[in-house]
Order: sequence, then structure tokens, then C-alpha cells
Amino acid sequence: MTPTDNPLESFDIDYAPALESTAVIDIADSYGHFINGVFVEPSSGVTFPTVNPATETHLADIADGSPEDVDRAVTAARTAFEGPWGQMTGSERGRYLFRIARQLQERSREFAVLETMDGGKPIKESRDLDLPLSAAWFFYYAGWTDKLEYAFPNRTVAPHGVVGQIVPWNFPLMMAAWKLAPALAAGNTVVLKPAETTPLTALLLADVLCDVDLPPGVVNIVTGAGGTGAAIVDHPGIDKLAFTGSTEVGKTIQRVASTRRIPLTLELGGKAAHIVFEDSAFDQAVEGVVTGIYSNQGHVCCAGSRLLVEESIAEHFVERVRRRISTLRLGNPLDKNTDVGAINSADQLQRITDMVATGVAEGADLYQPECELPDKGFWFPPTVFTGVQQSHTVAREEIFGPVLTVQTFRTAEEAVEKANNTPYGLSAGIWTEKGSKILWMAEKLRAGVVWANTYNRFDPASPFGGYKESGFGREGGLHGLAPYLREQTSDAGGSA
Amino acid sequence: MMNSTAFLPTTDGGSVRTTPVDAVALEARAAALCTRSIKTTSKRAALHTTIRCIDLTTLEGIDTPGKVASLCQKAIRPDPANPTIPSVAAVCVYPEMVEHAVTSVSGTTVVVASVAGAFPAGMSTPAVRVADIADAVGRGAGEIDIVLNRSAFMSGDLRRAYDEIVAAKEACGTAHLKVILETGELGSYEQVRRASMLAMAAGADFIKTSTGKIPKAATHPMVLNMAEAIRDYADQTGVIVGLKGAGGIRTAKQAWHHLVIVGETLGSDWLTPERFRLGASSLLNDVLMQIQKLDTGHYSGPNYVTVD
Repeated sequence: MTPTDNPLESFDIDYAPALESTAVIDIADSYGHFINGVFVEPSSGVTFPTVNPATETHLADIADGSPEDVDRAVTAARTAFEGPWGQMTGSERGRYLFRIARQLQERSREFAVLETMDGGKPIKESRDLDLPLSAAWFFYYAGWTDKLEYAFPNRTVAPHGVVGQIVPWNFPLMMAAWKLAPALAAGNTVVLKPAETTPLTALLLADVLCDVDLPPGVVNIVTGAGGTGAAIVDHPGIDKLAFTGSTEVGKTIQRVASTRRIPLTLELGGKAAHIVFEDSAFDQAVEGVVTGIYSNQGHVCCAGSRLLVEESIAEHFVERVRRRISTLRLGNPLDKNTDVGAINSADQLQRITDMVATGVAEGADLYQPECELPDKGFWFPPTVFTGVQQSHTVAREEIFGPVLTVQTFRTAEEAVEKANNTPYGLSAGIWTEKGSKILWMAEKLRAGVVWANTYNRFDPASPFGGYKESGFGREGGLHGLAPYLREQTSDAGGSA
Repeated sequence: MMNSTAFLPTTDGGSVRTTPVDAVALEARAAALCTRSIKTTSKRAALHTTIRCIDLTTLEGIDTPGKVASLCQKAIRPDPANPTIPSVAAVCVYPEMVEHAVTSVSGTTVVVASVAGAFPAGMSTPAVRVADIADAVGRGAGEIDIVLNRSAFMSGDLRRAYDEIVAAKEACGTAHLKVILETGELGSYEQVRRASMLAMAAGADFIKTSTGKIPKAATHPMVLNMAEAIRDYADQTGVIVGLKGAGGIRTAKQAWHHLVIVGETLGSDWLTPERFRLGASSLLNDVLMQIQKLDTGHYSGPNYVTVD
């Protein structure tokens, strides 16, 4: 820095705060369930709070859904399916989906601010990723509504009926959009449960659904925690289930669904490998690895949590990763310059803390940049483990936090072997400038999504989903539409 | 594997490595950095830093001693009504105008930079290019901006491109050498990365994007690309090289995004005139208008800043 008496004279990259205004949103003191087109009080009268994880301030009281509430929602959904929604032509349904998409675009700032306040993610991510993709999903599936016969030629397809959808807290609105858009496009009605720590954007979506005059009961939103989810899974009126969340809960849901012979799609955990070769574009690979694990605080099922780097460049590469994470800005998620926001909940913070302690205890080398954590709220600094062995817990179990493990490899075969050596199989990243190597690797990697020289890229036209314990079924594209349809010649239990 | 051209010699007998560049990811990173929100005190500091890093430039066939004298006054005192506004780093002129500029800026912090070495194409024989440089230095230029020999570079004669920079550096003596890559002509980010490493290895004190004579010039991804090359070169050799963006930088917002890109890639240490420059002519007045806006709360318009 040039010495100067006036701090205004020397520009540096500790930018002045640039806070997004919260004046655009209006949070009610409490919310009921959204059933049959209106907000209703929970039957039990029980509520739970949702808090801002960056400040621990109370945002609203949320209704805790009981089996009775779920039953009301399923009944409303059934009535709508047998009534107006079921009678509609595809193009009429499409008009509603287009309207929802446009409303999400028009009100995107409001949604983005609320998403950030309720979930802790940086505003630049909710603004530039969650909201544009949520709208894009509705636009994309709106286009299929009147083209189902072309989408599945020579087959007569029909909706399942009432669909139960349970979405997680890491991309609350976007995960709801990923599920609602294809379900509605196919002609189903829905009972949706947002996650208990992040229900607010789904409840704001209810507002949009009313504004676009979606017939009552087509989408019902029941809030609550695991018990509410279980009530949806157990309800005999549900014709199809879709769940995104942990592998542990996914297994439970699969057990229940198997006894009722209803179709199920699961999008579960991951432990993705980022494979970096010596001949990669070095600076872009560093950036890709860093954003691949630290964006959204690592609360991403397809996060690239395991770095596998070719031994010849490992030392330099890891040094550069360390340097890069020391420049990540952690802090107020509403600041437009924040790169790393708050951990979603106290529970998740505890889990990450425990996992990192296990990593240290098992002998991996911990690196965390000097990083001031705010006094209030749930925070965890970006973390890198080197000296990690395949047998270490941190290399095997999903942490769902800003924690990267580093291992090295010597040959492409060894990289594939290590990358595949996990019960998960959601995603993987390959970094090399050599096209033939990308194709060879992509064929060998047991992962539902393989990105090459990029990471965490999503598009509504591109199917997303896992292998092995990362789940089954796809979201996005025609692959994501198919699970919401059945062939009309088969009985009600069959899936398309 | 690295191909043979991935290694370039350095003047001390060593070598440096260059790396592939992924255009899509590079442009995405630059776009992400350009979403940084620069407000209040940071905005004012960015505007002042921009001014301190400007090479105020006139490179026209109709430049005259009178025009250069006027430019120099503007360089020393950008806003006559506001003495808190700093001087720019340098004025940048053709060799013919160097003596006039030296007279005008004497006794101030403003340095005279001269383009030389058969600017802007560089298509003269090595002897003529070196003589042109030595002449400009002899007239009092403290900094010399030359162009990379793109003809040699693009035909694969890296040795000749390299040797000409080494010779230029010798001809500079104590004057600082800036090597213009003319990035818009090199065809890819990866070629620019390689040219950057070559120029630094041959002894450039600064690497510079463009002459300002062709349309594709100092874009944000290109400046990021060259900043990454400088970081890589410093990692490999310990040598600090400066970066100059020039050509097409007309607005204050473009300029502070360049500051963000350089600062977040190389560190705040790079945001000084010793390591960072913006070659521009119309940029200065936009920055002055932005400062007036911060001071008064409204835009005053172009008649409230001097044309030169």
C-alpha cells in the first residue's frame, strides 16, 4: 500500500459493507399450512420457530404439521386432481407454470433476500443461482405440458395423482421448484413439505400460487420436521413420493414406500471427487475446486468434497487452494460481497464441528485460514484437510459443510479407483485440457453427473441424480418428467 | 503432459512454466468479480486509486506541443477546483513529444512514458526498434512502452520475440519497460498467457494488454488472465511484475472492476502506481465526475470537468 494519512486514498479489497436491503420483504409473525389455496391453522396448534442462522434472530413461528394436517392436504390435493386440475388440457396447465416462472423473476429480489435470511446463504448466491434456476425450471417444464405425447412417443402417459414431495434446507426454493415444476407439468397435484429450518420461501411461493390463480388444492404446503415428513410418506392417499435429503432418511422412506408399492425418487447425499490432472488449466482448476466445495458453505449434495490431485502438481496446487480460501469473505450473508455465509443451523454446525474433530483425531492435517467469525450465529471457517487417507472418516462420510479433503494420485486409473471407492455416486469433476482423457474418465466414473472443467452447473434441460446410495431417479430434462407420469395401460402402481 | 513450448527461458538461465487457460471458466471468474459491490468509502478510495494509476495518454498523428502541454497540466492537476484530487501516474506520448512533456511535468510526480520500438505494429528491424527506444530514453522518458513482436510470436519464433524484449530492456537502461502484448491479435487466452510469461521472462517490468489501436483491448477477463500470469511468475521466480490495462477503458466502473480483479488476484499490494496502471484518455473525466457525484450527491455533467 502507498502510505497515506487518509484511509480513503488507498483502495484495498476489504470493501465497505454493501448490504442488500431487507425493506423488500414482509415476514408475518406466524404461518399456518397452505392447504386448498388458503393458509390454515395447524390442527394441533403446535408451532416451532425459524431463525436467521447468521444472527440467531427469530423470524417467524411455523406450524408443525400433524398427520391430520397432512390428511387435509392430501384430501385437498385429491379433490383438485379429480376436479379442475385433472380436467385441464396441457396447454392450460402450462399457462399456470409460465405465470409462476414470470412471478419468480419479477419478485426475485424479495425471494432472494428471504432465502438468505432464513437459510444463511450469501445473497449473491440466492440472487444469481437459486432464483434464476428456480424460474428456469418452471419455464422449462411449462413448455412440456402440451407436448407429453411427443415427449414419450408411442406411449400413452398419465399423471400419478397426488404426489408427496419433501425438500431439504440447502436450496429451499430451488429444490421446491425442481420438484413442483415437473409434477405439475405432468398433471399431478402436490403435497410439499419444506425443511423445518427454511420454510419461508416455500410459504412465499404460496403467495405467488394465489396470485397466478392456481386452482386451490393443486399445491399444498405443509410445514414441519421429520414427523410431518413421515406422515406424508405414510399417507395412503399419496400416489408417488419424491425426496431430496440425507441418505439415512432416504433409506427409511424407501423401506416404507416399498410396502405400499408406490413409485419413489430419491436424491440423497454425495461425496464427490474433484480430479485434477497436471495438464489442467491451473488457475481455473483452483477456482473451480474452491467454489465447488465452499459455495453455499458446502451445503450441497453434489459438493466436490474430495480433491484428488495428480502428485506432480499436488504441493503447488494445495498451496494455491489454501491461499485462495484465505481470501474468501465470510460474514453477513446479506452483504453483496460475501462469499461464505452462515451454517444453516446449530445442529448442522455441531455435526461439522464433530466431523472435523474426528478428522484431526484420525491424523489428517487441518488448515483453516485466519478468519474472524461473527459473535452471533452459526459459523464455520473454510477448512482443508491434507494428509488424508482413503480410510479416514472425513474422506468417506458426507460432511455437508465447508470442508475439503486432499488426496493424491499417480495415474488416471488410480484416480478412478479412489473416486469410485465410496458408497455414494452423485457427481464428480474432471480437470484436464485433454478431451480424450475427459471422455475416458467420464465413462469410468460411477457418478450421476460428471462435470469437466467446470462444477456445480445446472440446467433444467439436463438430468441430475445419483448412482448407488446417492439415490435414483433424475431431476431435470425429460428424465425428470418421466417419474411423474405412468403408462396408462399399466395399473396405478406402475411408473412410466 | 506439458509440451515443449510450455517452458520458457529466463534471463538468468532458468526457465518458467506456462499453463493452459480455460476460456469459459476464466470469463466466468471475471464476471463474478465484476459483481463486487463497491460502495461509499471504498468507492471513493477506488476512484482516487484509479486516478493515481492512470497513464494519461495521447497517441495521435496530430499531437502537437500545445496539446501535450495541456495534457500534462491535466495530469498534474486533474480537477483545478479540487486540490485533494491526486496527480495521475504518467503521461504517455509518442517519442517526438517526449521533450515537450518532460518540460511540462518537471518538478512534479508525473512521469513521462513514451511508446517506442516502432509502435504500434513493431514491424521494423530489431536495430531500428532498439534505436527508437534509446532515442526516447535519451529525450528523458522514464518509462518505455513497446509492443511484443507478434509476427515472430505467432510464427513460432519465440526466441526472436524473446530476444527483442531482452534488447529493448538493455536499451531502456534505468527506464521502466512495459511490454504490450496486443492481446486482441493473439487469438486465445492461452496464447496471451504464454506471451505474458515470455515477456516477463525476458525482463519486462510491466506487461500491458493493448496499444489502443485495435478494438479488442483491455477486457476484464483479459486483465484477469494476465494478473494470473503475473501471480504465477512471482510464485515461480519471486520477481514482481506490474500490469497495465489499456484500450477501451472509458468509465470509472470499468476501472474499479479492474482494481477488484487485480486486487483479488494479486493482493492489495498491487493496487499502487508502482505495480498497476490504466492507460486511458477519456477515463479520467468520468472518474472526476463520479467523485463530484460523491461530493455533491448529483451528477454535474461534462461541462464541469475540463476537456484536457
